[in-house]
Parts: sequence; C-alpha cells; structure tokens
Amino acid sequence: MDFAFFAEIVPKLLAGLPLTLELAGTSILLGGILALTLALAQRLRQPWIDWPIRGFVALFRGTPLLVQIFLIYYGLGQFRLTLQELGLWGLFREPYWCAILALTLNTTAYGSEILRGAMQSVPIGQIEAAQAFGMTRLMTLRRIVLPIALRQALPSYGNEIILMVKGTSLASIVTLMEVTGIAQGIISQTYRAVEVFVCAGAIYLILNFIITRTLGRLEHNLSRHLRPASGFATSPT
Amino acid sequence: MLDSLGLLGFGDGGWAEALLSAALVTLLLSIAGFMVGSVIGALAASARVSGSRPLGLLADAYSTVFRGVPDLLTIYLLYFGGSMALTAVGHWFGAEGFVGLPAFATGTTAIGIISGAYQAEVFRGAYIAIDRGQIEAARAYGMPPALMLRRVIAPQLMRHAIPGLGNGWQLVLKDSALISVIGLVELMRQAQIGAGSTREPFLFYTAAAALYLAIASTTGLLFKRAERRALRGFRRV
Repeated sequence: MDFAFFAEIVPKLLAGLPLTLELAGTSILLGGILALTLALAQRLRQPWIDWPIRGFVALFRGTPLLVQIFLIYYGLGQFRLTLQELGLWGLFREPYWCAILALTLNTTAYGSEILRGAMQSVPIGQIEAAQAFGMTRLMTLRRIVLPIALRQALPSYGNEIILMVKGTSLASIVTLMEVTGIAQGIISQTYRAVEVFVCAGAIYLILNFIITRTLGRLEHNLSRHLRPASGFATSPT
Repeated sequence: MLDSLGLLGFGDGGWAEALLSAALVTLLLSIAGFMVGSVIGALAASARVSGSRPLGLLADAYSTVFRGVPDLLTIYLLYFGGSMALTAVGHWFGAEGFVGLPAFATGTTAIGIISGAYQAEVFRGAYIAIDRGQIEAARAYGMPPALMLRRVIAPQLMRHAIPGLGNGWQLVLKDSALISVIGLVELMRQAQIGAGSTREPFLFYTAAAALYLAIASTTGLLFKRAERRALRGFRRV
C-alpha cells in the first residue's frame, strides 16, 4: 500500500466533488420540478397532453444518457446560427449547461414515471372520502394525493437520485472535470488504475451512503403514523 | 439538413451499413455482457443465500460497490487496470511497450461486472420469493440438490426474476454506449466517427438514438413474451 500516493490523489479527486454535486443537485432539483409537472399534467387525461409526454419519456428512457449529452452538446451546436438568433447560444456553447440540460431531461423522464405511478397507487377510497368532504380537486391533490404519493415514491425516487449522481460522471466525456474526469486524468498519467478507482469509488460510495441514509430518515419520519405508538418505536438504523 | 439525409443511405457515401453493423456490435456486446452478468449475478446471489457469512459479506460488498460507483469508473478500472496487468505480464515474456486489451472482451467483462451486481439483487429477491414449502417438498422427495435446482427452484425463480432481468437488460443496452470510450466501434462510437467526418453531428446522434430505441423496444417485447410464458401456469391477480 502506497499511502503517499493516496494522500496525493485524494485532494485532487475531492477538488472535483463540488462540480459533481452541482451537476447532480441542479439536475435533480430542476428535474424533480419538471417531473412533478409532467406527472400532474398526465392526471388531466388529455390525449394532446399525454402523447407528447409519453413520446418524451420513451425517448429519454430508451436511449443512453451519453447519446443524449452528445445530441445536445454536439448535435445542437450545428444549429449555432438559429441558437444565436434566439439568444441561446451562450448556453448551448457551454458543456456545463449542456450536461445539466441532458441530465435534467433524463431524470425528468424517469422521475415523472415514478411520480405518475405513485399518484396512481393512492387508494381510490382516500380520494372518494375527500370528495365526500366536499374538497375541491386542488385541495384533494394538495392534502390527500400528493402527501400519500410523495411518500410512496420516496424509495424509487431515492434510486433515481443515486443514478443521477452516477450519471454526472458522463459529463467528464464532454470535458467537465468532475470526480470521474479527474480520476481518468490521473489514471492516464500514472497508470495506477486500482488506487484511483478505490479513492474515486469511495467518494461516490460515501456520497450515495449519505443520500440513502438521509432519505431513509425522511421516509421514517414521514411514515410515523404507520407504526405502532410509542413504546414500540424502532430507530431507522 | 434534408440533403444531408442521403448520408444515412446505403451504398456510396452512405453510412447505413456502417451504422447497422455497429448496431449489431452493440447488440452482441450487450448480449455477451448480460450473459456474463447473469453468471456473476447468480453466483453472487447464491453466495448471499448460502448462509455462509464470509461469502455473503463478499457478495454484499460486491453488489454495493458496483451499484454505487459510476459505470464509467468501473470501465476505466478494467481497461487501464487490465492493460497494465497485461503489459506487466508481457514484460516477463519480453514484450516491449504498452499492451492494450481487446476492447470487445474488456467491454463484455465491464458490463458483466456492472450488470452482475444488479442481477445479483434480482436473483436474490426472486429466490426469497419462492415458497419455502416447495423446497421442503423437493427435499422430502429425496431430490438431490442439482435436480431440485433444475426442476423446482429454477423455473419458479425465473418467474419472479424475468421482470427484473428485463430492466437489467435495458440498463445493459444503455451502458454499452459507454464502451465507446475505450475505442470499441459500437453504435455510439460509429455515430461519433460519422458525425466527425461529415460534420453532421445532429443527424448521426439522432440516427444512433433511433437505433437504440429500436433495439430497446424490440428486445423489450421479447422480455414481455418471456414473462407471459413464465407466468403461463399462474392465475393473474
């Protein structure tokens, strides 16, 4: 074990962590908002809303993320003049914004399916009860459907968040030096693939562990009413 | 844009043959990687349910690490790490310089290791879902373990595992695009080559996306059919 080498590469790899977090955080947040919007839009059951959304979801779930990133970064670059006229060239010129756009659209597609499924699984009796109370559709949504659905969606959405954190590594292929990009750079300079894999891998594993734990705790807190009253309470660990 | 569509045609100056044969490489790479993953996954799952503590912990660590670390990082580990090992072995036998690993074999191994971690969870879940009484009954008949595996466990295990394996297959197909980074000319790499030499990235990445979608949806149907077949003896609830 060459500890000096580890001590040398760990700070280098950690320097990429802010970018990894930025890419993941921005796309998960924006993608989450868009996913919820799409899932809600599909509750209206309008064919002219449903079909474009279904097409979008099929497209982004059926193709590799790498193709999506390349299509946005290199593919749309071909329409430079049009983008310049629209004033969007500043965004599409930057690999950073292209990566964020691709990651956001990708997680929107997966997330909207998770949320749609969760909303469908809300027991019909709950909704009927809300209607019997005279609640409006909006209030039923806010007080009944969303709280139940979001809690239900939490475990699957947690998986999606982990996939997104892993997905940010593809940004390194369009020159962004996040953790994986830096790792690849060190490997091709030093040819010490195993050591670099161990360190970079540990960074991702710790990150994913923190996310899993946080969401697990959140889920525990949100399902308090489903457990026996005090005296039988179990800790999340 | 429309005149450049000819680039996707057959014959002189057309890229159709190149793209289709690259799509075939993608398909073969994915099938090979998925099969390697099934073997690794089945071994890891049987280690998890074997009751042996060290084996179980090892299999647990394997599937946690390779599901938590970005796939790109695993691919770099195998490509660079494998090449380094091969170069070192080559030196003992007097070979000079850097020995690169064959890209298809490395890609298959990488996909197999990544997918194996996922399939291990699928197989383990499916095994747990088998009614214990079935195994006890087989034992009571005096079936040797191999016969019990073939006649009782495997058919019922597949019934529970096929939906999860279908998801795993879709992940493998999309992961195969990442193998382009180690130089294997599969669909993604071929699209990059076409995009580079014709300066029509949008066209080529759209074509690649369409081919991935086509492969994903056709093979998805095959899995649906396999699922129906595996379920043919059971009443749908």
